Amino acid sequence: MAAPERAVVVGAGLAGLRGAEALREAGFSGSLTIVGAEPHRPYDRPPLSKHVLAGAIPPHATTLPHGLDESVDWQLGSPAAGLDRRAGTVRLADGRTLPYDRLLIATGTRARPWPNPHEGRLAGVFTLRGRDDAAALRQALEAGPRRVLVIGGGFIGCEVASLCRTLGLPATLVEPGPTLLARVLGSTIGAFIGAIHEGHGVDLRCGSEVEWLEGEGGRLVRAHCTDGSRIEADIAVIALGAVRNTEWLDGAGLSADPGGVDCDGAGYVLDAEGHPDPRIAAAGDVARFPHPLYDGRRVALEHWSHAVAQAAHAGRLLAGAPPDAAYGALPTFWSTQGNLVVKSAGLTEGADAVAITQGNPADGRFIALYGRAGRCIAAVSVDSARWLPAHAELVSTGAPFPPEGAATDRPKGIETFDPGFS
Amino acid sequence: MPDSSLLDQVKDFANRPNPYPVYAKLRQNPVSRQDDGTAEGTWVASTHGTIARLLQDPRVSSETLPPADRPRTGNPLTDLIVKPLKDWMMDRHRVFIFRDPPDHDALRSAVMHQFSRERVQAMRARSDKLVADLLDAKRDAREIDAVDDLAYPLPVTVICELFGVPREDEPKFHDWATQLATALEPDSLTDPEIRAKNSRTFDAIGGYMGDLIKEKRRHPQDDMLSGLANHATPAGVKMGDYDLIATSILMLVAGHETTVNLITNGLLTLLRHPDELERLRQDPMRAPRLIEELLRYEPPVQFRTRRTLSAIDIAGVTIPEGADLLLLLAAGNRDESVFPDPDRFDPDRTGTRHLGFGGSLHYCVGAPLARFEAEAALTALARRLKAPRLIADPPPYRQGAALRGPEHLRVAIDGIA
Repeated sequence: MAAPERAVVVGAGLAGLRGAEALREAGFSGSLTIVGAEPHRPYDRPPLSKHVLAGAIPPHATTLPHGLDESVDWQLGSPAAGLDRRAGTVRLADGRTLPYDRLLIATGTRARPWPNPHEGRLAGVFTLRGRDDAAALRQALEAGPRRVLVIGGGFIGCEVASLCRTLGLPATLVEPGPTLLARVLGSTIGAFIGAIHEGHGVDLRCGSEVEWLEGEGGRLVRAHCTDGSRIEADIAVIALGAVRNTEWLDGAGLSADPGGVDCDGAGYVLDAEGHPDPRIAAAGDVARFPHPLYDGRRVALEHWSHAVAQAAHAGRLLAGAPPDAAYGALPTFWSTQGNLVVKSAGLTEGADAVAITQGNPADGRFIALYGRAGRCIAAVSVDSARWLPAHAELVSTGAPFPPEGAATDRPKGIETFDPGFS
Repeated sequence: MPDSSLLDQVKDFANRPNPYPVYAKLRQNPVSRQDDGTAEGTWVASTHGTIARLLQDPRVSSETLPPADRPRTGNPLTDLIVKPLKDWMMDRHRVFIFRDPPDHDALRSAVMHQFSRERVQAMRARSDKLVADLLDAKRDAREIDAVDDLAYPLPVTVICELFGVPREDEPKFHDWATQLATALEPDSLTDPEIRAKNSRTFDAIGGYMGDLIKEKRRHPQDDMLSGLANHATPAGVKMGDYDLIATSILMLVAGHETTVNLITNGLLTLLRHPDELERLRQDPMRAPRLIEELLRYEPPVQFRTRRTLSAIDIAGVTIPEGADLLLLLAAGNRDESVFPDPDRFDPDRTGTRHLGFGGSLHYCVGAPLARFEAEAALTALARRLKAPRLIADPPPYRQGAALRGPEHLRVAIDGIA
């Protein structure tokens, strides 16, 4: 292949930015275009649901520093709408086309909207994904609402509800599952975390579902649950997870669906027949790839550190400096929920057992270690992050589960539980 | 020379002026079993990576002190009733550097809570004044002992003022602190004579602190001991009397036995590197990076001991369960894979991750104090000493291998500005 001359990065989030930097660092000297759906330069998302909502920093302070020079062509404000691989062009929603000979797909995800669009448009109903979302929600919180209703007990839901309590605002969280975080951590650990949030005054309603949102004069006034209960609230935060932005790839002949776009172990995107396209790589939330630490199971990870590492890998790949090894760092993430810091290493998916290896859930500080078929596969720390590196090592080496032997602050004889994944 | 002798060489007083060649030999095996006269031996970690990893390994315990066993008195009432009770209390209320979570965390958090920003800032300003007064007192001298004249009295005054210990009682602490600091030396814990002496000392200092705490309850003042004695932390931690006595003893001993070495090692190193002394004199803003480099190059605490609660595979060896561990922080600080040209004193290093204050959950509580005390002392010495010359190089050293530093540091001068 001739030396690449035109690289296009679709997605101006963390992965897009880091991928573009890696392209340049690996020696790519052709034209470099970055396409972003939002009008903003790349910014950092984790602070949005924490520092920005708390009012500790203004939304624009999340802009990411970067190492790109003036030669970069920023195409911001119009999302990509189509991909023609034969012509080698990306089509934008405003009709323009951008030619490429190297393409990085980093379109990430968007917030899953409230299913009823009419109710979703009521004043006071928010989703939280972008900087503008955070700015609008912060403004609404500052106005001193009677009560904030959070719909969905995943990480974002937990962060928003606990933050409201920190701000002194009454907060109700409605989650149809058995506990908070049940899908990611299982209901056993989810119940422990739920108890901590209840202790901080979150009105937690698990096993309940919001059926419809009632407005008056175009403003949210209350929510009606399927069990007949009503929640008086003037703010509702829809925290129902994320949808991957793959629609623009329809008709491009790639192996892509709402679960992500598929890559091979190296990071090249696969076409519909399963062959890698050596001109296209993907990174970040949207990329589904075979993870070497998990027997090559295909996963798409919505983690900050993963976006950074995988984008750096993909950028080098596209610049023609293929890294030696397949991308496969141990997945890690963190979530700050009020004063509670939850961190994780590894993937809990498929766990058949969980054990508290240190600390005590009743004290609100512990490490949960997840096992599958007698091997450690993930560890989650709740206000005990200092112990996570040692547990991450158990996970990355696939150490036997449950772990043997004593450790500080460990109960004698480790008890294992059903993690409670439904 | 066989591996087994290296730990003995670390302890060997003859190597006190320069233990670093021994450490370099130890680093050839990142974790090695060393003979210490017991069947099990001591496992020594000597590289930056292995030390950092073991510091945050939950299978590594800080509860290394053997069970309390006070000397018998011959009085049956005392030996059969009072002694077991006192031993039991002692075991339950160890100082927190020798305790594991969760107890360690609660005690440490209470102390951290007392280290308020205002209090630390005020003491920082106070340190500059103390240094000025101490040097003014030697204004006409043609020779100073950096230890007796500055490096010892400064941190001692600071910790006494922070804790509200009357300055006139300080002389009592001198011998108490020296004695109790032996708890950090590996052989002292197995020596019955030292242990008996330590428990007598602990009783003496404990009695003094108990009385002082009662006084702080009756007449609370704006000091850390009054704060600890009278107030809970926001998380609701309030120490009982025995933990409070142990914790205040820990703080006072640490205040007596560590920063003195940082300041003295600092001046010694500067006198051996006159260009750095001159640079500091011209630019006091260099002090913070110079002190970080000192904490790497000549750390006051050379190593800490630990014990394994279960077997640990690391660096190609398996440390068995129940093993004595020695984390050789000062050797990790000279690890060439982390610090290029490690034996060179170079304050302009960037990104240093020295182990001078330990790491992880036992990271030095007093680190901010040590930093600003050393800064106050070294900048003033650089500015005010006229033509300083070492009288003896190497200087005489104190006994300790763990808490290592000169006993005296005599410096000839043409006066103090």
